[in-house]
Amino acid sequence: MDFIKYHKIYFLFSGILILASATCLVVFGLNLGIDFTGGSILEIEYSKQRPSNELIKETLSELDLGEIYLQPSGEKSVILRLKDIDEATHQEVVQKLGEKQEVKERYFESIGPVIGKELKEKTKIVIVLSLIAIVLYIAFAFRRISRPVPSWQYGIAALIALFHDVLIPIGIFSVLGKYQDVQITIPIITAFLTVFGYSVNDTVVVFDRIRENLIKNPGNDYKEVVNQSLNQTLIRSINTSCTTLFVLLAIFFFGGETLKYFSFALILGISLGTYSSLFLASPLLVSWLRFRKKV
Amino acid sequence: MTKRNLHITVIAIFILAFLAGNLIEPKFFNQGVDYLNSKFSLGLPHFWQIPLRLGLDLQGGTHLVYEADLSNIEEKDYSATMAGLRDIIERRVNVFGVQEPLVQVQEKKPYYRLIVELAGVKDVEQAIEMIGQTPFLEFKEQRPEEETKKILDKREEVKDMTPEELQKVEDWEIIFEDPYFISTDLNGKYLKKAELGFDQTTYQSLISLQFNDEGSQIFKELTAKNIGKQIAIYIDNVPISAPVVQEEISGGKAQITGKFTIDEAKKLARNLSAGALPVPVKLISQQTIGPALGAESLDKSLKATGIGFLTIILFLLIFYRVPGILAALALGIYAVLVISLFKLIPVTLSLAGIGGAILSLGMAVDANILIFSRVKEELEQGKSFGISLEQGFTRAWPSIKDSNFTTLIIALILFAFGTSFIKGFALTLSIGILISMFSAIFITQNFLRCFEGTRWEKFKWLWK
Repeated sequence: MDFIKYHKIYFLFSGILILASATCLVVFGLNLGIDFTGGSILEIEYSKQRPSNELIKETLSELDLGEIYLQPSGEKSVILRLKDIDEATHQEVVQKLGEKQEVKERYFESIGPVIGKELKEKTKIVIVLSLIAIVLYIAFAFRRISRPVPSWQYGIAALIALFHDVLIPIGIFSVLGKYQDVQITIPIITAFLTVFGYSVNDTVVVFDRIRENLIKNPGNDYKEVVNQSLNQTLIRSINTSCTTLFVLLAIFFFGGETLKYFSFALILGISLGTYSSLFLASPLLVSWLRFRKKV
Repeated sequence: MTKRNLHITVIAIFILAFLAGNLIEPKFFNQGVDYLNSKFSLGLPHFWQIPLRLGLDLQGGTHLVYEADLSNIEEKDYSATMAGLRDIIERRVNVFGVQEPLVQVQEKKPYYRLIVELAGVKDVEQAIEMIGQTPFLEFKEQRPEEETKKILDKREEVKDMTPEELQKVEDWEIIFEDPYFISTDLNGKYLKKAELGFDQTTYQSLISLQFNDEGSQIFKELTAKNIGKQIAIYIDNVPISAPVVQEEISGGKAQITGKFTIDEAKKLARNLSAGALPVPVKLISQQTIGPALGAESLDKSLKATGIGFLTIILFLLIFYRVPGILAALALGIYAVLVISLFKLIPVTLSLAGIGGAILSLGMAVDANILIFSRVKEELEQGKSFGISLEQGFTRAWPSIKDSNFTTLIIALILFAFGTSFIKGFALTLSIGILISMFSAIFITQNFLRCFEGTRWEKFKWLWK
């Protein structure tokens, strides 16, 4: 298979996706969960039948709860999202909901705004740290290859792939946040950070092969070497992604609510990671070399 | 490695797997031991029992974060105060009979917090009430009159102002202070015990307090200083009574009279003696998982793990045949080792932890796949089985190392991040990755070597 031949199509494809994601991100923004904004989530299971959303809101109208978002869950449960409330208000809410029929509280979480703000700050730090660590690692791992492409370019190519693998899922989540009310929570951030590691991991395996083949056949055309390396690692890349995707799909379909979007973020990131290491990162190296020769 | 050493290694791997397997589920081993004991009365012991620790999200429970208000404490005493606070809350929590309650101080300037985790607690509401409503007892003395006047005047001055205007006024903050009383050093920290009592003449219920030695001394000085003046007793920042001091009181006994019902007084006395908090605390975040939801999550995540595991094994068998069988066996041993490590360390397994473990399962196969692809390539170049094996492993190693390393770096950074979800995930992922490298390099490799020089290696289609 010739990976380099159609590189323009791949670049265009990725470029459009990146552009679309960036646009979604700018237009829709991110729907941040209570982990970052503060607020409460309450999941209530009714013993008989779930009342309509209007009825639930009406029941709670006496309490000063601000805006309430309701989301049915399972057969008889409902998830309420509201501002952060103290324990007394929480008990009042549960009691009010249980006036007509018995209710069971399945889940309650309330996060004060201070903690939310802190987590936001912390998350930013972790993202920056992870990026720095990854860049340093790539620079270190490829310090010994220099011909015909300097080692830092491998780093840049891996970073572009990484950017691609994370930005597109974020764009998708911004759309989901807008239309499906899927929120960005700590588990999803964790998934994105894991994609950082995985994306680079996938790219590094291909680059490793390029390095090895360059050493083995120093005279060969760079384009040929890259293409040969991609073909050699193709099966491995696909197989590894498959096994990882198998387990992630198992979590997505059977693992319950908490891990659902966590696994979804990973599924997106890992699929894109595999794609980008084959069709984006390595062809980029070749195009780069060609470009420099022309200049 | 000689053939003999190889066999010893492989047997050692199986013994390790057997021990790890029994660590996870000792039932069958114990049944066997019981049978032997009853037959031959050998008196063999049962296998080592270690429970797997489940997180709050899997067994139900509550995670509470309290913020301590240390404004009345000197900065050098912050840590000691927090430790005292933790001890008291731990005592209160122990009343619930919760298994291994966790009460932890989190000091991150400028925040001083207390994290309370109660796993499997039935009545969260009551628990929160008992922790949070632990009264904060404080004795206050009269403010000098000029200060009182200053605060009251200031309040009068800013009465009709908007908040924006207010902030321009000099010393505007003082309007929030209590105009009549000022805090003293005497608070619930020095309390030895509190009891319900009754006034001899009015039969009104009251609470009698007994201070410890240090508290008695402070109380004595306080009363000596304030003869003829009022001392106010505040509970949770609400004035309860403000008796006038008649004389210096030594011996550290005091009474709180107020309009209590007997029940209120009883509860207050009990809470006070169980340990009044040295500083007020505020519940700033809570997460409560009902037992039903916990059981469901556990069930679902185990099911997902099982399905994921079986799919991988099926995949390995179809794609890699004999090496696939060996890899599947190695993966099985990998899973057993990982779970027994979770028990031994011990790792508290949460939903996030299971997520990390499952993800590492998918990645664990990666190392095997890298090795097999390489061995296959070498075989296709017409090299002998033994040489292909050795070269395949050597060549696959840099990739295995590099690729796992990036994930490991991220996992370490995540672990340092601290939030419990992320921590659980990062920990199990790291353990999983390390064991997976061990499993691929050591277990799979030695399994494959066993076939070297046997009839099996001639059936090349089995290996390709």
